[in-house]
Amino acid sequence: MEETDKHIEHKSKSSASKAETVIHIKGLKKSFGSKIVLKNINLDVTRGENVVVLGKSGQGKSVAIQCIVGMLTPDHGSLTVFGDEVTDMNERQLKELRIKIGFLFQGGALYDSMTVRENLEFPLTRVLKLKDQDEIDQRVEEVLDGVGLLDAIDKMPSDLSGGMRKRVGLARTLIVKPEIMLYDEPTTGLDPITSREISELILEMQKKYKTTSIIITHDMECARITADRMVVMNEGEFVAEGSFEELKKSKEQFVRSFFN
Amino acid sequence: MAEQAIPGWKKWLEASGDQVTFLSGFFRNLFRGGFEWSEFVRQCYEIGYKSFMLVGTTAFIMGLVLALQLRPTLVGFGALSMLPKTLAVSIVREIGPVITAIICAGKIASGIGAELGSMKVTEQIDAMEVSGANPVQYLVVTRVLATTFMVPLLTLLGDVLGLIGGFLAINITSHVSALLYFNKCIASIGFVDLLPAFIKTIFFGFIIGFIGCYKGYNSNRGTESVGLAANSAVVTASLWIFVVDAIVVQISSLLFYH
Repeated sequence: MEETDKHIEHKSKSSASKAETVIHIKGLKKSFGSKIVLKNINLDVTRGENVVVLGKSGQGKSVAIQCIVGMLTPDHGSLTVFGDEVTDMNERQLKELRIKIGFLFQGGALYDSMTVRENLEFPLTRVLKLKDQDEIDQRVEEVLDGVGLLDAIDKMPSDLSGGMRKRVGLARTLIVKPEIMLYDEPTTGLDPITSREISELILEMQKKYKTTSIIITHDMECARITADRMVVMNEGEFVAEGSFEELKKSKEQFVRSFFN
Repeated sequence: MAEQAIPGWKKWLEASGDQVTFLSGFFRNLFRGGFEWSEFVRQCYEIGYKSFMLVGTTAFIMGLVLALQLRPTLVGFGALSMLPKTLAVSIVREIGPVITAIICAGKIASGIGAELGSMKVTEQIDAMEVSGANPVQYLVVTRVLATTFMVPLLTLLGDVLGLIGGFLAINITSHVSALLYFNKCIASIGFVDLLPAFIKTIFFGFIIGFIGCYKGYNSNRGTESVGLAANSAVVTASLWIFVVDAIVVQISSLLFYH
């Protein structure tokens, strides 16, 4: 708790320092049929930064981060990650990029036919192609210990609570040591205590693995704990940007409505 | 009118294009390195071994019923001695492969469709893809190959149990020794009966796995789509089984029976 508050006090200082831009989005547009979801998205995310994207449901927040990993192709605009244009990448390049990006889905997206251990081994053996079982075991146990779920190593996903599933999902994403983490509503559907635990865990893991993060949420407590910088999305556009405290004092009624 | 017809054609063309793309994705990943042996074996167990009881029971009853219904007709023609031969040829050529395939379409294609559909809804397939793993290689290739491999084996089991069912039916009303019955059955089955039947079961297995995977993998988001994927997989696979059966029978008639 104390550590979290210290982080909030100091993060404006850290974000002020000049850093390398790892994600650069300019003029991004995306439509599904006649429905325009992203109108004009512009965003720069620097290395080590935690950017929270705030917005109502159905405003295109998830679509924006799905474009970053190449799950969706934007209709227009530029999207570079580590200086490479994502929309120009072939299958092999996209795969290489995806290894550097971790994506935590809303429900954890655990493979429900596998145990927790097998879920965590999956990216190690299929993506990193590790063969040494001792190394695999060590990494699985280390990352599970990190999220406080070493005891659940041989459980099936169906035996886990919502919060535990998200922790395991986070562990599975972090096990390949990604440079960027994308969180799609990490605290949705959780009680306030578990939500806070997950938010603190995100922060702790960000420090441990030194990741750059984009966190999609409408949970203000999660935003307060994790954000270095926040952007507010409305109707497919970013309408406000700033720190948690700055946005709290915003003159825009729409922005302030999130804090009430 | 024309405006209404265009979206239907467009939809049909889009669906056909998607299926061709999915099929090419399957073959591309089939010959790519890193075959998932453990998942393939697991699928063979799930798909094949766990269907033994259902296929075996159904085939046994089919053989029994077929013998009981054929008997009065053959007696009427004074051709009761032809019963083992008639049974063997009809079971091996047609009833065994088609009944097994239809049962597998109902059990396996729907199971695969529902499983992959549910994985799609819960974003498990997206999670696999976005992590840099290859979901087509892990989920699709293994399942399609497992059905292609296991359906012929299940058909073989179904054929044998169907003949045993026929033997039991004959012995309800008269007495025929097992040795005589099975000798007559085996003697009446030739290469031209076995080969086309075996080849078509390979196609049936492929159809069941491919359509189950395609429907599940391409299901929409939402719980309703899981049921729709399973249902659509059974209907489409069953329809294709009959279409392929008709084609194989025509070809084998031209090649072997004339």
